[in-house]
Amino acid sequence: MMRLIREFERECERQYTRGNIRGFLHVYTGEEAIAVGAISTLAPEDYVVTHYRDHGQALARGLSANAVMAELFGKATGCSKGKGGSMHLFDASKNFMGGYAIVGGQLPIATGLALASLQKGEDQVSLCFMGDGALNEGEFHESMNLAAVWNLPVIFFCENNLYGMGAPSATTLAVHQQMYKLAEAYGIPGHRVDGNDVLAVHDLMRELNRYVRGGNGPVFVEAQTYRLQGHSIADPANYRPAEEVEYWRARDPIPRFQQWLMAEGLASEEEIAQIDAAVDEEVVAAAEFAESSPFPEPEDLYAGVYQD
Amino acid sequence: MPVITYREAVAQALREALDEDSRVFLMGEDIGPYGGAFAVTKGFWDQYGQERIKDSPLSESAIVGAGVGAAMAGLRPIVELMTINFSLLAMDQIVNHAAKIRYMSGDQFSVPLVIRTVTGGGASVAATHSQSFEGWFASVPGLHVVVPSTPQDALGLFRTCRDLNDPVIFIEHILLYGSQGEVPDDGYKIPLGQAEVTRTGSDVTIVSFSRMAQVSLAAAEELAQEGIQADVIDLRTLRPLDADSMVESVRKTHRAVVVEEASGLGGFGGEIASQIQERAFDYLDAPVRRVAGEEVPMPYSMPLERLAIPDAQKVAQAVREVVRR
Repeated sequence: MMRLIREFERECERQYTRGNIRGFLHVYTGEEAIAVGAISTLAPEDYVVTHYRDHGQALARGLSANAVMAELFGKATGCSKGKGGSMHLFDASKNFMGGYAIVGGQLPIATGLALASLQKGEDQVSLCFMGDGALNEGEFHESMNLAAVWNLPVIFFCENNLYGMGAPSATTLAVHQQMYKLAEAYGIPGHRVDGNDVLAVHDLMRELNRYVRGGNGPVFVEAQTYRLQGHSIADPANYRPAEEVEYWRARDPIPRFQQWLMAEGLASEEEIAQIDAAVDEEVVAAAEFAESSPFPEPEDLYAGVYQD
Repeated sequence: MPVITYREAVAQALREALDEDSRVFLMGEDIGPYGGAFAVTKGFWDQYGQERIKDSPLSESAIVGAGVGAAMAGLRPIVELMTINFSLLAMDQIVNHAAKIRYMSGDQFSVPLVIRTVTGGGASVAATHSQSFEGWFASVPGLHVVVPSTPQDALGLFRTCRDLNDPVIFIEHILLYGSQGEVPDDGYKIPLGQAEVTRTGSDVTIVSFSRMAQVSLAAAEELAQEGIQADVIDLRTLRPLDADSMVESVRKTHRAVVVEEASGLGGFGGEIASQIQERAFDYLDAPVRRVAGEEVPMPYSMPLERLAIPDAQKVAQAVREVVRR
């Protein structure tokens, strides 16, 4: 899955330069271990809510590469019927409750989903992803407090990739070295994990799922990671020191996991190559599917503003 | 027919929703033991309990957003924003999320959320607590904007709103809570997008909504003494907007005065005037005249506040000028 996300994002960049994908394009390259490690621990009925860098979470939640790529192409076969685009992927059948493109805006919504689970007496967890930039938004603080005072089953998951767009969190967040401690101010247990270690993310999330499902209220996770690309396709990320990029490239979650698989004797080099080939094929097929799919019809313009 | 207050009408509408639909719950600041800032939910907390009458922190964005999320998960939350002035703190959730989720998701998700709030000036609470933003919300596709001016409309419109599967901003007026009116007890509903002609006349059409619909009616009574007969139209909802009713009336009367409480520049009255001139230009015997709030932050001092908000005298004067042209 991590390889699929990586290759999917590469294909997105290629398709962007061809003009098939328009608007903003924020790729997940380098952060794959988080979406994969975290979402793989959820049950189908759990809710996933995320931010605008959402391709990785969507794929990890089981949306097809076809449906996501078609959405990026603005096609009627896209997971949001071409109405949402890169930043607004949705799939009701997977309880993938959406990518939200106003920083912090998804937090109150995830809190409400968790409230509904509690009100209905259902055993669901809401997993809410955010970037470190969201910690500076009022909606973060309001949501943390509300989830705490109402003891809601929500996991707030911060992908700390060190930059809010181009601004380093060191210059924008007072507690940038210990973001997870912000949660403690609201009486919410805060955890920190190596976000480039898919097994560490997975193990922590399994434990937190049990905790949250047990009626113990919300938790907060800070996963430390890094964007190997710029903020968006328009960003060459010249503001980042070369040594920093090199440091993180050496911690790329994918080779790291591959090496672990081989060291443990769980996969051979050949098997990994087979996975790579299958992923390449899936992504090429997704691009072909997207390209050959129809655009929405003019009469679709007014469809879905309100219920018919 | 029973006579009840506007406050009682809203409270009755909420009780019906709670009694008839187990998915409904209320969420808001001080709606619990305190009973609501305007006493609409007085007694609810004791009757329905804290699970369904959720007293929230002072976190407008979080409670509206939690309403959005709960609605997406199949519940039918009714969120109270204490006044429309505080809705500014929740604008991201209302405009960027509640109004967009159905469309952006390709019609996969519904947001059956009712946000109740309180608009208007005249209560001596100065500039930050006396604003009328209903026209702003009306500019957002994806929202329903409802502005009742009588107990009957409040109850009948709310019954429709609570069954909708899209977000509603249900805007009550601060000065109307004590006003009384007859309310049928037959479970009637009023559809959205259907204005009411609250008085008929052949000389001029007065178009208005919310409390200004009552002010316009008072002006029309005054004008009747002088022999000027006005059609008075209460729009009742701004989105959807019943333009047909006002156009039809203007084609009959040939004159129109548009009344709103918010400041005129950029106000919703401009939209009304525009639709009238686009669709009834050949019928007009005078330019469409607008009456609106003054272009000032609301002053505290009572004589100044009275000057800032349109009253029946101002409306009547505008009508006289239009009729005598």
